[in-house]
Amino acid sequence: MTDLLVAEHIKKQYGDYTALNDLSIVVPKGSIFGLLGPNGAGKTTLIRIINQITMPDQGKVYLDGEPLSQKHIINIGYMPEERGLYKSMKVGEQVIYLARLKGLSKEEAGKRSRYWFERLGMMDWWNRKIQELSKGQAQKVQFIVTVLHRPKLLIFDEPFSGFDPINASLIKDEILQLREDGATILFSTHRMESVEQMCDHIALMHKSNKVLDGKLVDIKREFRTNTYEIGIETADDTAESRDRLHADLMNELSGYWEINTARFKTINEYDLKLKVKISENQTPNDLLNYLTGKGLINHFVEVIPTVDDIFIQTVNAN
Amino acid sequence: MGALGLIIKREYKARVSNRSFIVMTFLSPLIVVGMIMLITYLTQLNQAGKQTIVVVDESGLFYKEFESTEDIDFLDLSPAGIAVAKDQVEDQNYFGLLYIPQNIKNNTSGVRFYGNEAPAIAVLEGIEEQIETKLTNEKLLDRGVDLDLIDESQTTISVSIEDFKGERTSKISSWIKAGAGGGAGYLLMMFIIIYGNMVMRSVIEEKTNRIIEVIISSVKPFKLMMGKIMGTTLAGITQFVIWLLIGGGLLLFLALYLDLNPLENQSAVGNMSVTNMDKIELIVLDILNLPLLKLAFFFLIYFIGGYFLYSSIYAAIGAAVDSETDTQQFMLPIIMPLMLAIYVGFFAVIENPDGSIATAFSMIPLTSPIVMLMRIPFGVPWWQLALSVSILVGSFIFTVWFGSKIYRVGILMYGKKPTCKEILKWIKY
Repeated sequence: MTDLLVAEHIKKQYGDYTALNDLSIVVPKGSIFGLLGPNGAGKTTLIRIINQITMPDQGKVYLDGEPLSQKHIINIGYMPEERGLYKSMKVGEQVIYLARLKGLSKEEAGKRSRYWFERLGMMDWWNRKIQELSKGQAQKVQFIVTVLHRPKLLIFDEPFSGFDPINASLIKDEILQLREDGATILFSTHRMESVEQMCDHIALMHKSNKVLDGKLVDIKREFRTNTYEIGIETADDTAESRDRLHADLMNELSGYWEINTARFKTINEYDLKLKVKISENQTPNDLLNYLTGKGLINHFVEVIPTVDDIFIQTVNAN
Repeated sequence: MGALGLIIKREYKARVSNRSFIVMTFLSPLIVVGMIMLITYLTQLNQAGKQTIVVVDESGLFYKEFESTEDIDFLDLSPAGIAVAKDQVEDQNYFGLLYIPQNIKNNTSGVRFYGNEAPAIAVLEGIEEQIETKLTNEKLLDRGVDLDLIDESQTTISVSIEDFKGERTSKISSWIKAGAGGGAGYLLMMFIIIYGNMVMRSVIEEKTNRIIEVIISSVKPFKLMMGKIMGTTLAGITQFVIWLLIGGGLLLFLALYLDLNPLENQSAVGNMSVTNMDKIELIVLDILNLPLLKLAFFFLIYFIGGYFLYSSIYAAIGAAVDSETDTQQFMLPIIMPLMLAIYVGFFAVIENPDGSIATAFSMIPLTSPIVMLMRIPFGVPWWQLALSVSILVGSFIFTVWFGSKIYRVGILMYGKKPTCKEILKWIKY
């Protein structure tokens, strides 16, 4: 069995509103799966169905090949978008309580929570109440609650919102480590750039439908435009002559390729910045060879479509 | 320990370690006892100072009759005459003057009380009774009747009521039964209102803390709801027991050592007659004769059933709203049947425990716990009890199911003030 989670033809209606329309996803074992889409696309509804918080009207969910049932609760760890803990309960007590609700014994829960508190340097907070902690600190407690019972499937809804960059990267490393240890991770976010770099599979959702899914690299390859960003420094230092040279070069290039002016940040102030689209039977080397004689090439990079771009394209195409 | 046990334990701990809960637990009995002491003290203050009543008895029949008591001194100024006595009352600032004319035997309306303030009703009644008795006796003597004979032939009758199964009842016991049933019903209503609200607040708290989603990804909403209700109930029982212990202990202490027994002060004239003693004995007997075991058993059943019925409604309301201020519109439908039950109980049941109104309301599940508890001391047929309990249990199961439906949808709804119509729609989700 290579797919940990399979959801087939999930439908969910709230009154007249269709929250999920015949949606299917497959999450391979050991992957980091991104469930992406704008607010209101139906991500949270799908996650709640996977967590058995709500039931689908139609469709089936399988975990590890078995139809999802109450006993799978301990196999799933869920960090909801709206983080929440008992404000007036002591941190340690609370973590143990929530772990025991997931079926851990008291001793095991205590042992594992102390391990995690030490690992994340939070041992001092053990006897403090949540209301005495900062938001970021509470988030870390929430993270521990999510992973403590070592679930096969970890679901994070907007995982990095509320974390400062240091803690965000700390949590990111912990999540990657959990994947190394065998967990499968499902992210849900509307801020696609935040998890794009971590995901190896994605599904794009829009208005209750899945519009695209698959391996991230495959999708990106499919959406590549053969466009390159170049930054080239022409050999002149007066402003008028530079402008003239830039115009000449652009004229020349547009004879061969489709070009556009580009805006990207570099440290070279006077570069001519362009986006150049090459045709399918050309290689980047052809462009590069041509440019070599025209000036100093400071910047040459393929424009890889971001998930945002892909999303917008897909939605517009539909 | 199962999930339900864990939730009950946490809920209980969260309730009893809450600061305001602790304060209320220990302060309330002190406040209540303090109030009782204050009332007692104020009553005493009201009676403070011996009142002196001057008696001018022109008939010469009564001046020996009025014996001074703890609160009232009777001063006989009959020889001085009414005019002098009046001056004296004003000079000495006495409380008042009682004037009995010479021809009292023939003209009974001539008795007057002069004073700036009207005397207490109990005092006036005492005086009237003494004059009446003396006058009656005098008249009887005048007609040559032997008073001793009358005393000897005096008879008291108390009809003892018994039903066909041999259960004894008496007239006073009707009141005792009403009191016992009413007390139980009232206690249940208080318990429902106080702790039902607590269940509701606890649900709202979980919702505003947003922990709810974490919890119900681990346990079923039904279990969470039951756990909450049971945990809060246990906390409530703890509080009740502490109240009883502290309050009872304090009252007992005060009664024994400070001699502040409020009951004694209320019987203003004071002297407890032999018939009173008999009455008390009867009352004690009546209390012992109540179907105590039956009452306790059904108190438990109706208490649990009624309380669970209402708290699942409270929990559903808590789940449907975002904050306590939004709960107002839903409070009336809860309080109404409770109030109705109490009023029906106090009017219909005491008037006619087996009447059609009392019977009907002891079947309707929202009012049956209170009304039936009030009826039980009067004796209720077993089939009615069985029917009422089954209806209660049935509707309790329905409400919990219904409540957990609302709960399931409501706890995940934020930012919208739901209408009743919308909540009904949630049932279908």
